[in-house]
Amino acid sequence: MAFPHRLDAPELPDFSMLKRLARDQLIYLLEQLPGKKDLFIEADLMSPLDRIANVSILKQHEVDKLYKVENKPAVSSSEQLCFLVRPRIKNMRYVASLVNADKLAGRTRKYKVIFSPQKFHACEMVLEEEGVYGDVSCDEWAFSLLPLDVDLLSMELPEFFRDYFLEGDQRWINTVAQALHLLSTLYGPFPNCYGIGRCAKMSYELWRILEQEEDGETKGRRPEIGHIFLLDRDVDFVTALCSQVVYEGLVDDTFRIKCGSVDFGPEVTSSDRSLKVLLNAEDKVFNEIRNEHFSNVFGFLSQKARNLQAQYDRRRGMDIKQMKNFVSQELKGLKQEHRLLSVHIGACESIMKKKTKQDFQELIKTEHALLEGFNIRESTSYIEEHIDRQVSPIESLRLMCLLSITENGLIPKDYRSLKTQYLQSYGPEHLLTFSNLRRAGLLTEQAPGDTLTAVESKVSKLVTDKAAGKITDAFSSLAKRSNFRAISKKLNLVRRIGTDRAAVLRLLNCSELAFTDMTKEDKASSESLRLILVVFLGGCTFSEISALRFLGREKGYRFIFLTTAVTNSARLMEAMSEVKA
Amino acid sequence: MDCYTANWNPLGDSAFYRKYELYSMDWDLKEELRDCLVAAAPYGGPIALLRNPWRKEKAASVRPVLEIYSASGLPLASLLWKSGTVVSLGWSAEEELLCVQEDGGVLVYGLHGDFRRHFSMGNEVLQNRILDARIFHTEFGSGVAILTGAHRFILSANVSDLKLRRMPEVPGLQGAPTCWTALCQDRVAHILLAVGPDLYLLDQSACSAVTPFGLAPGVSSFLQMAVSFTYRHLALFTDTGYIWMGTASLKEKLCEFNCNIRAPPKQMVWCSRPRSKERAVVVAWERRLMVVGDAPESIQYKQLTIQVLLDRLVLRRLYPLAIQICEYLRLPEVQGVSRILAHWACYKVQQKDVSDEDVARAINQKLGDTPGVSYSDIAARAYGCGRTELAIKLLEYEPRSGEQVPLLLKMKRSKLALSKAIESGDTDLVFTVLLHLKNELNRGDFFMTLRNQPMALSLYRQFCKHQELETLKDLYNQDDNHQELGSFHIRASYAAEERIEGRVAALQTAADAFYKAKNEFAAKATEDQMRLLRLQRRLEDELGGRFLDLSLHDTVTTLILGGHNKRAEQLARDFRIPDKRLWWLKLTALADLEDWEELEKFSKSKKSPIGYLPFVEICMKQHNKYEAKKYASRVGPEQKVKALLLVGDVAQAADVAIEHRNEAELSLVLSHCTGATDGATADKIQRARAQAQKK
Repeated sequence: MAFPHRLDAPELPDFSMLKRLARDQLIYLLEQLPGKKDLFIEADLMSPLDRIANVSILKQHEVDKLYKVENKPAVSSSEQLCFLVRPRIKNMRYVASLVNADKLAGRTRKYKVIFSPQKFHACEMVLEEEGVYGDVSCDEWAFSLLPLDVDLLSMELPEFFRDYFLEGDQRWINTVAQALHLLSTLYGPFPNCYGIGRCAKMSYELWRILEQEEDGETKGRRPEIGHIFLLDRDVDFVTALCSQVVYEGLVDDTFRIKCGSVDFGPEVTSSDRSLKVLLNAEDKVFNEIRNEHFSNVFGFLSQKARNLQAQYDRRRGMDIKQMKNFVSQELKGLKQEHRLLSVHIGACESIMKKKTKQDFQELIKTEHALLEGFNIRESTSYIEEHIDRQVSPIESLRLMCLLSITENGLIPKDYRSLKTQYLQSYGPEHLLTFSNLRRAGLLTEQAPGDTLTAVESKVSKLVTDKAAGKITDAFSSLAKRSNFRAISKKLNLVRRIGTDRAAVLRLLNCSELAFTDMTKEDKASSESLRLILVVFLGGCTFSEISALRFLGREKGYRFIFLTTAVTNSARLMEAMSEVKA
Repeated sequence: MDCYTANWNPLGDSAFYRKYELYSMDWDLKEELRDCLVAAAPYGGPIALLRNPWRKEKAASVRPVLEIYSASGLPLASLLWKSGTVVSLGWSAEEELLCVQEDGGVLVYGLHGDFRRHFSMGNEVLQNRILDARIFHTEFGSGVAILTGAHRFILSANVSDLKLRRMPEVPGLQGAPTCWTALCQDRVAHILLAVGPDLYLLDQSACSAVTPFGLAPGVSSFLQMAVSFTYRHLALFTDTGYIWMGTASLKEKLCEFNCNIRAPPKQMVWCSRPRSKERAVVVAWERRLMVVGDAPESIQYKQLTIQVLLDRLVLRRLYPLAIQICEYLRLPEVQGVSRILAHWACYKVQQKDVSDEDVARAINQKLGDTPGVSYSDIAARAYGCGRTELAIKLLEYEPRSGEQVPLLLKMKRSKLALSKAIESGDTDLVFTVLLHLKNELNRGDFFMTLRNQPMALSLYRQFCKHQELETLKDLYNQDDNHQELGSFHIRASYAAEERIEGRVAALQTAADAFYKAKNEFAAKATEDQMRLLRLQRRLEDELGGRFLDLSLHDTVTTLILGGHNKRAEQLARDFRIPDKRLWWLKLTALADLEDWEELEKFSKSKKSPIGYLPFVEICMKQHNKYEAKKYASRVGPEQKVKALLLVGDVAQAADVAIEHRNEAELSLVLSHCTGATDGATADKIQRARAQAQKK
């Protein structure tokens, strides 16, 4: 289980520097408002902030009380108010209402808004329209990269997905370019650059401009990371919409991992308290199972538990000296492992319970059928029943989208009837959800005569590709998924596929593939050439991460992931859903 | 025989001097130099000469001439002075000539006599006139200090960021002070003035009397004062022929000397003796020159950096020389050659006799894409000279589209600015341009412009969604985007309207829009929603409880749970709820109510469209094995085994599986054989399997 990396696998760069940079900048900004102040934090920023600077650091820099930004009048009595927010218009209205309330009461205080990761002109404009622009000082906290794990950087911008892929709003692209620029300043230039999708192209171009403007900074630096791939989420929705079957993915689907940690409720901890657990490579038990197919995890954990028991049991028959040794040197580690084991066993049991209740087998079978393109009628009926029984609005939506994407749109009759059924079950407001899904290309109607064409039949050829067959069952469906494919192909990991690139491009539903060679002189070491940064624009799932980790281990590569946010099928669907205001 | 020392004359006991012409000045003076206003710029900069200034005996019709020469006497400019009476001339640190007029106006000229700008020293001066003015240099830039006719001092410490400061009144000052100077201490400009035997220091808030340290007694008037170039030292000449030299703070005396000449000197300035690096004061009378000095100065100043030197060359339009120096010093391109080329280009665009095309081409040929050259800066200069077309041509060479935007906006080429902003990918820039366009164009044109720029349109829509909902609607209307209009009104039906009539009306508008969009599905669905809303309202009125905004499914369920079966049936018919859904719905609701009797009646009402396995499942979920078993018997053969296993009848499940000869079913049953009681059943299955294999 969790076989180790090949001996020649390159070392990962140290990303903790990013945290230090972010912390120093935040402290600097707080110090710009000398004296005691109350800090208002946007809910979305709380967890990321916690990973950068805890409460005691904030207190050290004279933050008195902490408040959440919510639609309630502030009770703060401090003379200085500092707001740490995302650049959103509703936040500006909140700040403005606070300032205006103070003005009405004849009160003067100092106000400072710190935008993270950057401010937008529209925000300042709203402050101006509300008549408070002169009362508020604005700053930027350029905190755009949070290292969630040794190989995972997150921008913690879940709204990127909806803003770009639904609303066509390109403002976050600049943030991405800035983040890439920061990486190249810290870790050297990237000798090889590839991109799939429109957003990837735009990000790349903006990033190039930034690099040119500050030419010389990275000049002469040896590249640490040899390749970078930029991928648009809409190039492949299928992967993200499938149920996750690796442990980390399942934990995310079931309990929702938030900013690298998860709250396990009483059903997992088997006590009356819930437990916040940090999930990363430092958790030795988790690290061994995170990328594994769930069916293997339970057996592994019980074996581990037995080994642990055996180690405990060694105590018996020890003399005093040995016992002393055992207590001082081994016991702490064993106890730690014991604690972790019981947490993950608890989580597994809870997942199992939930999955059996929901007929997980049936669900997986349907998904499998959809991916392979057989039994479409049965699958459609399954989805219909799912809706009729009101199993879950998000799940039903997910299955409908999966059906639509794999079938290149629903046939008109199904398109109408599934939507009707859905509206009856979950409420008429979802008419807007469907409009969104259609716009994003997630749930569409087949144009007449537009059934499976020659191109699509090649998809199935891709699936049965022999090289893919070598990859374990857990990843068999991943094999057909485009990101994974494109990367594998570029790295010559998987045997070349017989289809020409144009066809692949059409399959990937994207217009361009930007292959560029960024450095003229080849200073990249062979080690760095086996370090690959994959940038997911619009989010990636833990399954995708697991798949690439697996591939890396097989071939002696190391992948580093940069995502706008870690996502899963539920989050994608929620982003598209319209809820009643 | 050469006599090298022949032209040296003794100066005091230990020094000698000689006089020889360094440069022959190109001026052709009819009047005496003393009758001109003269200003020489520091660091060997240019010399300005205002000839024929306003002298009473001259006719007013004769206009004075302003001439500028280089330090070596080459004429740089000559122009007829057409403005008011000039009181004082002086050069700023940037080598701009400041001409302070009597009426308080200050005219600023460039090195080549080109007019730059003008500013005023305040309205107060208009009446009182200016008696005297000084141009002085601080670390912030160059300042102007004036003495008004009302004997008040006004100063500005930095003329490029003009802030006038009116100094406090000097008590008892009736006439002009005998002498005064501007000082600069601790980054603040002061005025030091002498009134009879008293010295006063003026700062912004107060006027204080000061006494120089160790001043010899008997002074009844200060005739002249001089401050050193660095503002560190001060020299005072008194009516007793006594010279005091010390720090500008007056707190330290460096040297004193009595020259026994009581006549007021013409001029007194600080200088340094080259070899000894001593600080000294040169005092000049009509026919006498005296050097007084005993102030060792250890620090050598290197005020003129390479950058400033280059700037000076550029100002003199000596571009090739400047470039050669850069190349010789191997300065980085951005600081060196590129900067000079950019300056050259800015000069080039001012040549009005050359056509736009030729200028643009010449500039591009010379500059190419040299790093550090900003075409937008050059274009801004061209626009400043009134050459808009040239500016646009030059902007086309600017590789960073974002840099083109501000100037394009300034030139009112907003639409072009918009495309450039979009090209730059900087959404903030796009937004800025949009706001410009919004103010500049009428609404229709603004929308039309947006329509052709999808990226900008999305951006603006996002803004409107949060801040200007009405504009959003107008945008959709303009585009005949009925689909989005429909969605807009549906959203409005949730957000804005409280009353049911208002909501229904909003939905009706939405439905109409959907029809126009040929989206029949959405239109029908919206009409259904209107019907449902009205009905829910009625249900709330008649039955009480909450119905509004429930889904159709939940509405029916709520009715059943409330025991209103008839109403539920009616609703299901009205909204044509499919049978399958209705069966699932009723099944779940009745089981929730644990109304087993009604459930059984329902199950027998007709053949179940969802089969009977769900009945078994739901009874078991409610832990009612008794009821579950009733339905297990009615489950069709395909699901029979599953049903029997659900109710825990392993033995019978085995029998059915064996009968079906279905391997999958056999394994399933076998996996359920756990307890000791199932031992026999397990054996039975194994036997059946064995038999099947024999065949």
